[in-house]
Amino acid sequence: MDKVMSDKRVIALYVLPALLLIVILVYIPIIMTGYYSLMKWDGIGERTFIALDNYRQLLKDNMFWKSVYHSFLLAVFSVFSLGGYLVVSLILAGKVKGANILRKIYLIPMLLSSVAIAQLWLRIYHPSNGMLNQLLSFLGVEDTPNWLADPSIVLYSVFIPIIWQYAGFYILIYYAALKNIPSSIIEAAIIDGANPWQLAYKIKLPLIAGVIKVTVVLAVVGSLKYFDLIYVMTGGGPDGASEVIASYMYQKAFRSFNFGYGSAIAFSLLILCIAATWLIRKLTHTEEEVQY
Amino acid sequence: MKRTIIYAKKAGMFLFYMVLFAVAGLQILPLIWLLFFSLKNNHEVFNTPLFSLPSPPRWENYVKVWVEGDIGRYFFNSLWITTVSVVFTVLLASFVTFAITRMNWKLKHVVLGLFMVGLMIPIHSTLIPLFNFFMKVKLIDHPMSIVLTNIGFNLPITIMILLGFYNALPRELEESAIMDGCSVHRMFFQVILPMTSPVIVTTTIINMIYNWNEFVFVNTFINSDEYKTLTVGIQNFIGQYTTDWGAIGATLMISVLPVLILFFFLSNKIMEGITAGAIKG
Repeated sequence: MDKVMSDKRVIALYVLPALLLIVILVYIPIIMTGYYSLMKWDGIGERTFIALDNYRQLLKDNMFWKSVYHSFLLAVFSVFSLGGYLVVSLILAGKVKGANILRKIYLIPMLLSSVAIAQLWLRIYHPSNGMLNQLLSFLGVEDTPNWLADPSIVLYSVFIPIIWQYAGFYILIYYAALKNIPSSIIEAAIIDGANPWQLAYKIKLPLIAGVIKVTVVLAVVGSLKYFDLIYVMTGGGPDGASEVIASYMYQKAFRSFNFGYGSAIAFSLLILCIAATWLIRKLTHTEEEVQY
Repeated sequence: MKRTIIYAKKAGMFLFYMVLFAVAGLQILPLIWLLFFSLKNNHEVFNTPLFSLPSPPRWENYVKVWVEGDIGRYFFNSLWITTVSVVFTVLLASFVTFAITRMNWKLKHVVLGLFMVGLMIPIHSTLIPLFNFFMKVKLIDHPMSIVLTNIGFNLPITIMILLGFYNALPRELEESAIMDGCSVHRMFFQVILPMTSPVIVTTTIINMIYNWNEFVFVNTFINSDEYKTLTVGIQNFIGQYTTDWGAIGATLMISVLPVLILFFFLSNKIMEGITAGAIKG
């Protein structure tokens, strides 16, 4: 048995295809991005080695820092919205009938492509014929905001479809985690006199802390690298008011043909994601996961 | 005293239900609006009440979009690219997961780690080199570039989901199969793979959704209409028809309908898959 299961040729056969793909398509490109970031390059012509010049420029680039700021804002919003999802999940995981159907309904937007969502919400936000402003006028609001053209609110306008898209996903995860808590614990707590608030705050939440941690990482990193929806809805505009790191990178690389600079942005994004993951894990580290 | 407690409890429950239904309503409302305006013409969209039923339902919007807008071609591209990508992703991931969980070799943890770290990598940080690479091997504007990146980038999550299942599988069957002189390959294909069919269904669904909705790679690597998928096709198409709301609505409906139909039939499996991805990780 052991000999059969140690056959090197078989192992190679089974592992190499996937391994090769991921090395060639993911790992080597990451290294190349770092390499290109040290170059001046328009994507077609010659590459000139300029060492850290791109990064020096990046440090002085206001638009870059603006996009970083926007990405961070997005991350902060996302984490706060997790709180809302937790509340809904707590309610849902209680003695609620029809929890299954509700969960399915919540999940539906998650199945749509970011492009479809972006296009749909472009219509919803349409200044005169959009669903939102029509509803608002119907309710008597006179000066309906121009959701996507107003630089001061466009980032927030873009944020709403993102919540709409991901709410179901996080609610689903929290619900599953809550349902995994053995009912014996809940019952014991109720017998000991815990009221619903105590039950939720002191018992349920600590028991799903691990899952909450995972969702925080997902939400933060997801926000930092967010691209699709913003690119389609506003292209980063108006005037960079909704630009995020990934969209700025895309613009610099594929529109301005500054591949070297774009690579520097892309590499910074990578470092940022890794750093954020590490930081969050470090900050929320508990000596031992609560065992039951 | 007791009565007030009971009333308070009922009021609380009522409030909870209101919240839950409100959220559900908000999730669905935009889609209902979409369905409605996809079946109206511009005049009706601009002049009739927001949620009035389309009457008559203008199915010609859908026909126009499919024929004139060539959505049919984009649909077909999405379909075959998704199918090929999913088949290979699940297959290759199964191979690797089997090797990692069942076979004896020293580097297995390193390789596993390599795949798991892959989960953290933002795809945008690989776009530029990949673009350059595909240009060199002449795969730019070729659907293979999309299939390859689909597979490469979905391997980590697929392997992660498969891992939990493979670890929980009992080993007696394989052991007896080997004792009986079965080769590893036969054992994999005839014993293991069938036993993993539940998780294969899950990962297939997850991959289908991801690949169907894939945008960035297609947008970057594909230029000609011939190979565009639905996601990018919608973009261009809507760019052309910005003022025809009915057509836009029909396009969007066509692009989301397949996944919605899939969901209608397989919702439980889909929900299972999504939670598996996040919790077991």
